[in-house]
This record gives sequence, C-alpha cells and structure tokens, in this order.
Amino acid sequence: MSNENLKAKLAEFDAKVEKATAKFPERKNVPAKRIYTPLDIENTEYESEIGFPGSYPFTRGVQPTMYRGRFWTMRMYAGFSTAEESNKRYRYLIESGATGLSCAFDLPTQIGYDSDDDISTGEVGKVGVAIDSLADMEVLFDKIDLGKVSTSMTINAPASVLLAMYIAVAEKQGVSADQLKGTIQNDILKEYAARGTYIFPPKPSMRLITNIFEFCSKNVPNWNTISISGYHIREAGSTASQEIAFTIADGIAYAEAAIKAGLDVDAFAGRLSFFWNAHNNVLEEVAKFRASRRVWAKVMKERFGAKNPKSWMLRVHTQTAGSMLTAQQPNNNIVRVALQTAAAVMGGTQSLHTNSKDEALALPTEESVMIALRTQQIVAYESGLADVIDPLAGSYYVEALTNKIEKEAWEYIKKIDEVGGAVAAIEKGYIQKEIQDSAYQWQMDVESGAKVIVGVNKFQMEEKPVEGLLRVDAAVGEGQKQKLIAMKAKRDNVAVKASLDSLEKACQDEQENLMPYILTAVKTYATLGEICGVMRKVFGEYEAHVSL
Amino acid sequence: MEKRVRVLVAKPGLDGHDRGAKVVARALRDAGFEVIYTGLRQTPEQIAEAALQEDVNVIAMSILSGAHPHLFPKVVNLVKEKGMDDVLIIGGGVIPDSDIPALKAAGLAEVFTPGTTTSAIVEFIKANVK
Repeated sequence: MSNENLKAKLAEFDAKVEKATAKFPERKNVPAKRIYTPLDIENTEYESEIGFPGSYPFTRGVQPTMYRGRFWTMRMYAGFSTAEESNKRYRYLIESGATGLSCAFDLPTQIGYDSDDDISTGEVGKVGVAIDSLADMEVLFDKIDLGKVSTSMTINAPASVLLAMYIAVAEKQGVSADQLKGTIQNDILKEYAARGTYIFPPKPSMRLITNIFEFCSKNVPNWNTISISGYHIREAGSTASQEIAFTIADGIAYAEAAIKAGLDVDAFAGRLSFFWNAHNNVLEEVAKFRASRRVWAKVMKERFGAKNPKSWMLRVHTQTAGSMLTAQQPNNNIVRVALQTAAAVMGGTQSLHTNSKDEALALPTEESVMIALRTQQIVAYESGLADVIDPLAGSYYVEALTNKIEKEAWEYIKKIDEVGGAVAAIEKGYIQKEIQDSAYQWQMDVESGAKVIVGVNKFQMEEKPVEGLLRVDAAVGEGQKQKLIAMKAKRDNVAVKASLDSLEKACQDEQENLMPYILTAVKTYATLGEICGVMRKVFGEYEAHVSL
Repeated sequence: MEKRVRVLVAKPGLDGHDRGAKVVARALRDAGFEVIYTGLRQTPEQIAEAALQEDVNVIAMSILSGAHPHLFPKVVNLVKEKGMDDVLIIGGGVIPDSDIPALKAAGLAEVFTPGTTTSAIVEFIKANVK
C-alpha cells in the first residue's frame, strides 16, 4: 500500500472508530493514539536509529548477546538493622539464587553521621544497615567472597568512604582492589533534585566524584564509579521523558567535570552506569529504555567525542517503581511488579531489583522478598520475554514512542544547557519545579479519577490491617552506640587523629585526590562521622533551594 | 475577613522523600490555607520553634523512613512545652496501622497513610482546626 492510500484508509478508520467510541468517555483521555501504522515511523532509518544490539546507537541493547548470553543480574536491594542482621539476609539471598548484592544503608550512614550522633536518634538501622566504621563493614561481608560477588551500594554523599571501606574489607579477605566488581551510586545531583541525602555543596561534591573516577580508573578498573539515577527523579513524580532527560543532563555534568579535571573521556566513560525506574505503563517504559540508550550514545559520541564504543553504552540497573505500590490490597502489588519486570526485561536492563508487595507499609519480610525474586526468575525462565533480543523493535507504536521520548528528552537537555547545565538548573530550582509540577498533576489525576489505581480510587474494599510486617527493633540504635564506644576504646587513636589531620589538609588543596587519604583513615577505624565531619568542616554543607 | 488558617508542613528527621509533603503543601495552599514548608532534615526542636515563630494553627508532618515512633511524639511534646496547646498536629507517611494508636495517644490528631487524598486532609483540617 502506498503512503497516500494508507493515509486515506487511516482517515476512514479513524472517522468510523471515533463515532463508535463516542459513548465510552472513560477511555477518551488515553494519551496515545488508538492505532499506529507505518506512517508513524516512516522517517525512522533502521540502520542509523535502530540498528543492531551491541552497535551504535544501541537502541536495541548494549551487548550483542543480551539475554541470549546470560540473563540480567538479579540484584535485590537489602539492608536493615545491624551489620549482623543484614549479613544474614545477604547470605539468604545468595543461597536463593540472587546473583548480586545491593546494600541499603540507614539514613545516618547516608548523610555521614555516626549512630551515636543526636541527629541519628530514631533513624539507626531503619531504612538500611547502620555502618559506623570498618568494623561494621567487616561484619556486613563476613563469609561473603568479595572476589566473586558483585556489590552495589546505594551511597552518595559519603560514597568515597564506603568504597574505601569495601576496598579495605576485601584486602583483609586477600582480594585485591583490581578484582572487585560492583557499583557505588555516587550521584549527588539527583540527591539535590529528588532524593535528599546530600551533605556538601555542589563544587566539593563534584570534586569527590571526579576523584573517585580517577582513583578507580587506576586502581579499581572493574568498578562502576557512579550510577546516574533517574529512579528517584521518577519516584519524586517526574514523567518518563523527564526521568531520562534530567538524568542524562546529570551525566553530562559529571562528564564535563571530569574532563575539566583533566581526565580523558574514554578513561572514565565506560565505567559510568545508569539507574532507571520500571513504572506501570509497560510499553512506555520499554520505549524509555530504548530512547535513553540512543540519547546517551549520541551525547557521548557527538558531544564529547568519545572514541571507545564502551563509552557510548548506557548500561542500566533497574528497580520497579516503589511509588506505584499500594498500601491497599497489597497482594495486587505482586502483579504490578511482574508487569514492571516485564517492561524492564523487554527494555533490556543489565540488572534488576524487584520490590516486595509489602513495601508501601514497611520494609519487606523474607517471604515477600522471595516472591519478588521469584517474579524475576519466572519472567526469565518461563515467560519467553527474554528469548528474543529487543522483541518490541519494529512495533509501529513502540518505535514511534521511542522517537517521541527521545525528542522530549533532547528538548529538556537543550533547556538545561541554556540554564547553564544540570548543576545550575538544580541550584535555580528548575529541575525540582518540573518534577513537582508533574507529581502534583499525577495526584490531581488520581483524585479526579482520570487516573485509576486499582484498590485506591476504584475497586476498593474493606480490609483488615496487614499483620506480620518487618519491624526494626528500637534497641538497634542503643546496641550500635555501645559497639561504637567499644570500638573507639580499642583502636589506635593517635593513628586515627593523624589520618584525619592529613585528610583535612588534602581537602584544602583542590589538586589532591582525596581517595588515598580516605582509605588510610578508614583503615585506622576512623568512623564515617569523623571522616565526613572533617569534610564538613572544610567544605561546608549544602543549603537546599525550596519552593512549592 | 476571617484570618486564614496557617499550616506548617514539616519533614522531621533525615528522610529525604518529600514528594508527599510537597504535594500536600501545594494542595493545602490551593485550598486557601497559608502554607509554610520547612524543607528537609528538620529537628523536632526546629519544627516546634518554626511553629511558634510562624504562629501556625496546624503542623502537618511527613515521615517515610520509619522514624515516626520517635520523632512525631517528640514534636508534640516540644510544641506543648512552648505553650501552644491549640495547634492541630497531624502526620503522614509510610506508617503501619498498628503504630497509629500509640501516635494518637501521644497527641497526633490524625495519621494519614498511603493512598490518602489531599482533599481528605483539607477536610480534616477544616473540621478540626481551632
């Protein structure tokens, strides 16, 4: 059929269906068109825009093998209470077939305070494990071979300190730094914009990040030095296009900072990784993953002139959308997570965390974590979704949506460039405002019923409170304090002070890479709070831009 | 003209999740209240002091980190110590149902859990503010 013929047929079809659907107003506000045809992708060149998996622009996936080589890494984010408790959960996950670890730290750890700090009261061990010093880290990875496992750590402002502790624990196990595999999140820009666990102002924060890039390129070559995260931007309420646009804009800022510090783009770009959200709208999410790879490849090749194909690849970890879990009828969340898993897999993720059904209520129990892990295994082994690489390529709808999301992302990136880049856009509150507007729109749509959430604003029922939720014992905080006192009495306090003094001097000299100083300090059992305290003293603290 | 109801929206503790707090703050503002948002990482002392300085009628707190059993009652006590007996104090976030009776006994007028509409919060404040 010629395009002219097709256009005529489509017009005829639309007129007919328009009339037939007039009596179904409930389905009128769906943002997509009702059908897509070759007309929607007539300008999409296969070779330059879609291409082959493992080849530029990587729309179809970063590796040529994808899941015909091996499945994605099934990596369950976990950590709570003490290092002892979390170590037990990690070993349980490994025994159950999880193929990577992912550490959640409590808020005092994420913001650089020890468990005995006043500000930590009530928070110790709550949303993750409490780590005060190398002593806790040794317990956390007890009987886990760091030469074999790959570990992701959700740590940002104090990422340098936790990475140093990990290297020190590995050394004690007889594993050298160049054998270590894993990721630190280390993405401070999205902390300012969406997640909130910042410590220092942007300038010294960007310095710490480039110090890590440089240190790892020489000493920990298999480590992913950053996980540039859209996940939390989406959780804070952004749209799919905003998620990838703001995150890639952050990625551009990190690359620019590193290049400005004198690093060659191909020396660090291959170790940059990304982190996406797998949200409810399955096909939109698949298109988002595909579009994001294409945008990043173009950014790296065309904007930064990277030459190594590894630098062009957007490798991504994914987590299912926590904000889409409902406290109402929590068993329904199992189904939501299964669909989100399908989206992440058809989108070609490199690793995946699946949320548990009870997470709108509390941290997950062992039983609910098992269902979440089994969901991934069922999608991998039973569903067939992982059998063919990029199975939705060529769908008129998915290709058109991939193009649309890419276009919207470029528009945002252009706006952010005009504002002066991601750091300036965050300091001016532009990115926060865009996210807040989308979040508010979502809530209004749910309240008006334009957006239906099953069990929340439709199909509600009387429910009994859920029993058997995981509780973190309030005594954890006290226990952690006692451990800290005992540890401080045993360590060589002269060595601690000397290492902290050297770190302070190094902080004052912008030419110094801080990683070796931090590594020396953690080995003396200087605490996280002491190390971050020194940096707070020199760098100051970030003052958030708040507007409603 | 009657004085507008003043609401302090606050994030006690170290939790950085402020999507809910910001959405609620904006909805309260759209409903005609005067809204002051504290921003992240406020200590109970800072919140009580801000409530006093801003002479608010309502304190609306949000916590998603699980630190509510410690932080919510602490704010209530500090507010009372400052002599603000007629302030309506409400809370919300990821809070298990089984924690709610203790929070109410500690002085919270209501606790709103995930899925609550902003209009329900607006209605509650209108019905209960002194």
